[in-house]
Amino acid sequence: MWQNLPLFPDSASTLAGQVDGIYLFSVAIALIFSALIAVMVITLAIKYRRRHPDQIGSEEHPPEILELVWSVVPLGIMLVMFFWGARVFVTARTVPANAVEYHAVAKRWMWKFQHPSGAREINELHVPVGQTIVMKMTSEDVIHDFFVPAFRTKYDIVPGRYTTVWFQATKVGEYHLFCAEYCGAEHSRMGGRVVVMSPRDYEEWLTHGNAGVAPAASGAELFGTLACNTCHKSDSAARAPKLDGAYGTQVTMVDGTTAKFDDDYIRESILNPQAKVVSGFQPIMPTFKGQISEDQLLQLITYVKSLSGPGK
Amino acid sequence: MSTASSAPARNYLNSSYGLWSWLTTKDHKRIGILYAITITVFFAIGGLMATLIRLELATPAGDLLQPDTYNRVFTMHGILMVFFFLVPSIPATLGNFLLPLMLGAKDVAFPKLNLASWYCLVAGGALTLWALIHGGVDTGWTFYTPYSSSYSNTWVNVTGIGVFIAGFSSILTGVNFIATIHRMRAPGMTWFRMPLFVWAHYATALIQVLGTPVIAITLLLLVLERTFHIGIFDPTLGGDPVLFQHLFWFYSHPAVYIMILPSMGVVSEIIAAFTRKRVFGYRFIAFSSLGIAILGFLVWGHHLFVAGISTYSALVFSVLSMLVAVPSAIKVFNWSATLYKASVSWETPMLYALGFIGLFTIGGLTGVMLATLGIDLHVTDTYFVIAHFHYVMVGGAIMGYLGGLHFWWPKITGRMYPVFWSKLAALLVFVGFNLTFFPQFILGYMGMPRRYHAYPPEFQVLNVMSSAGATVLAVGYMLPLIYLAWSMRYGRKAPENPWGAVGLEWETSSPPPPENFVHTPVVTGEAYDYTKKVYAFPTQEAELV
Repeated sequence: MWQNLPLFPDSASTLAGQVDGIYLFSVAIALIFSALIAVMVITLAIKYRRRHPDQIGSEEHPPEILELVWSVVPLGIMLVMFFWGARVFVTARTVPANAVEYHAVAKRWMWKFQHPSGAREINELHVPVGQTIVMKMTSEDVIHDFFVPAFRTKYDIVPGRYTTVWFQATKVGEYHLFCAEYCGAEHSRMGGRVVVMSPRDYEEWLTHGNAGVAPAASGAELFGTLACNTCHKSDSAARAPKLDGAYGTQVTMVDGTTAKFDDDYIRESILNPQAKVVSGFQPIMPTFKGQISEDQLLQLITYVKSLSGPGK
Repeated sequence: MSTASSAPARNYLNSSYGLWSWLTTKDHKRIGILYAITITVFFAIGGLMATLIRLELATPAGDLLQPDTYNRVFTMHGILMVFFFLVPSIPATLGNFLLPLMLGAKDVAFPKLNLASWYCLVAGGALTLWALIHGGVDTGWTFYTPYSSSYSNTWVNVTGIGVFIAGFSSILTGVNFIATIHRMRAPGMTWFRMPLFVWAHYATALIQVLGTPVIAITLLLLVLERTFHIGIFDPTLGGDPVLFQHLFWFYSHPAVYIMILPSMGVVSEIIAAFTRKRVFGYRFIAFSSLGIAILGFLVWGHHLFVAGISTYSALVFSVLSMLVAVPSAIKVFNWSATLYKASVSWETPMLYALGFIGLFTIGGLTGVMLATLGIDLHVTDTYFVIAHFHYVMVGGAIMGYLGGLHFWWPKITGRMYPVFWSKLAALLVFVGFNLTFFPQFILGYMGMPRRYHAYPPEFQVLNVMSSAGATVLAVGYMLPLIYLAWSMRYGRKAPENPWGAVGLEWETSSPPPPENFVHTPVVTGEAYDYTKKVYAFPTQEAELV
C-alpha cells in the first residue's frame, strides 16, 4: 500500500514492515497531537482576542484536573511506543540462530565484504533473498556505520571491536548501502549497493568468478603459518589454553576475574596477549599486533569459533 | 499604569560614553548588550555556513564545494551555532538584562564575574574563528573519536580549546544566576512569586554549572590525546572511542535544555503579557523546568542506540528519554490553556510565542519518535535527526529568542520596533522554517544520511524544497537585523510599559536607570496578577497605577 507512494523508502527485509509499523503509528500520534494543539491554540487565540485595549484576561481557568489528564495520557501513549519500539529493537538486535555469518571490514572510504564461501567484494554486497544473514563488522580506522535504508537497520562499526547487524532480505533488487557515521572527506561517497538475488542466481554468481577460500579454512591455515599451533594444542600438556570447545564459555584468569570467550576476547588475546591470561598459564604469548590484518583476524576468530561449532 | 514616556535624563545607555565604558562595564544590562552583539556576529557567520550547505545540497552531485570544504563548513556551522550562539543566546542576553530587573535587584550577584564571562566567550570565539580562517576543522561539532583524535588533519586542538574557554562563559553565567536568584530577590519576592522566566533560568543555570565542566574535560582529554598520544579514546592506543560519545553527550544532551529552557521562560512571559492573565498551572510550569533539567542528565545514551552500547542500556535510556517529554507536554498544554477566556493580543512577540508552541510541539513529538528504539534504529544519523533538532533548537530556541527580543526591545532600547515589518518577519521565519526543515523528516525516513556532501538523485526534490525554504528563512532573519537597528534611532519612543504587562521590569523606566530602580521595590503578590495592583514602591505609590 504505502510502499507504492512516493517519498517512502523501499521495503526489502523482514524488519522493514515492523519498523514501518511503529513509525506509522507514531506519525499518526504526532499528527493527532499536533492538530489538537494547533486547533486549540488558534481557536482560543481568535475566540478570546482582545476586544478593547484595556481588556484584561478573565480570572477563570479551565479545571485543574486537566493537569493530570495531560500528564498521564501522553505518558500512557509513550509507554505503548516504548514497548512496541523496544520489541522491534530487541528483534533487530537479537541475531537469529540460523543466521549465516558474513564479514565486513570498513575503512576510509570503502567496504570490504567476505562471504561464508570465501567470495570477496568491494562496495557491493550480493546476498540471496530469504537467507538470514549476520554481518560481523569491524573498522580499520574510524567509526563507520552499515546502513541499508531498504532493510530499515543500521549499526555502527567501531574500530578495535566487533559489532553485528542482521537482516533477511525479502525482495530481489538493488538497494543503497550507506555509511551513516561521519568518517571524513569522502564520507558521502562511502556507499555502495546491496544486490538481493534469488538463491539460484546467487549460487551462480558465486560459481562464476567469485570463488574463494572460506574464512574458517583461511584461519586454519593462518593458525599454522603464524605457529599458533605450537602452543595451542589439543593435548593436556600444552603451554597454552585448549581452544576446542572454548568459544562461548566463561574463562577464569590468573587474577581470579572471568571473561567470556568471544570474538572481542580472542581479538584482544591475539593483539594484546598479556591483558587477560588464563588461570594456570604463563604470560608467554607474543603479540601479533602489526603483523596481522583485520581480515586475517576475522579469519582466525572464525577458525577458533569453528573449533567449538557443531560436530566438535 | 503610568504609560507616559518617563525616561529619566539618565539611563544605563547614556550614563557614560565611549567604547572603554562598555568594555569595562559591570552593569548587567550593558553586558547583556555586549553578548547580544557578539552572538549576532557568530549567528551571522554560522548562518553563512548554513547558506553554503543548502546551496551545495540543491543538487545531488557535490559540485559547489570540495568534500573537505563542505565538511569544514557544516562543522563550523554546528560549532558556532551551538556553542557560540544557542548556548549563550537567551541566558546571556535577555537573561542577563532581565534577571535582576525581574527580581527587583540592582545587578547580578557577581558583576565582575559577569563581565569576565563575556570575555571568555569572546576569547573562545576568537580562537575558533582563528581556526576557521586558517583552514577550519572537519570533525563535525560532535568531535567523534578516533576521527577527531587521530585522523583529522585540521585545527581540532585550537577549536577544542576555543570551545573549552567559551564553556567558562556559560559556567560563570550559571553561577551568577544561581547566586542572584537565591540572594538578590527584592523584599516579598518569594520563590513562587518569581516570574517563570526566572524559574527557567534557574533550571538552565543548574545545567550550565553541572554539565559544562564535563564537556570541558572531555575536550581537554581529546586535545591531550591528539597532542601527546595518550590512549583515552583511540583503540590503537588502548582507548575506547565510545567512551568519548558517553562523555560528549553527557553534556551535549543537557545542553539542548540550556538552549530550550530559557526560550520556554520567554514564552511563559509573552503568553502572560499578551493574554493579560496568570499563566495556567504556574507551579507545574515552574517544576517542569526543574524536571527537564534533572531528567535531562539521565538520557544521554539515546544518542548511542546503534553505537555499540548493550541492548539493555538502550532500553533504559529509551524509557528515560520518553519521560522528558512529560514535563515538556505539560508546558505546551498549560500555555495553550492559558488562552482560555483570556485577552489575546496578536502583537509580534505573541506571534513568535504561538509559533514556538507549534514548532516545539513537532520537535518534541519527533523527539519521542527518536527515543522509540525501533524507529531510531532506522532514522538515527539521517536527516530525520537534523530536522528534529532544528525544530527544537531553531524552531524552539530561536523563535523564543526573537519573541523575547521584540517583547523587551522597548525596555532595552527605549524605542518601539516597526509593527508591520516585525509581523512580516515573524511570518517569514515561521513559513521559511517549516519549508526548510519539514522535508528533511521525509528525507530522513527515506534514508538520506546526515553530513552527506553528495547524495543519490531521488533525494533531490526534497532537498530543493529545503534549500528554497532556507532562502525564505534567511530573509526572515535578516529583516529584524535591519529594522531593529533602524528603530534604535528612528523608532517611536517607548513608554515604560508599552504592553500593559505585569512584572517588575515594566515598573521602571525604558531604558532603565543604571541602578535599575530608584527605590527597591517591595513585592506583595504573585506574578502575572492582572486583577489588582501588585507591586508597591513605598515612596512612589502615586505614580504606580
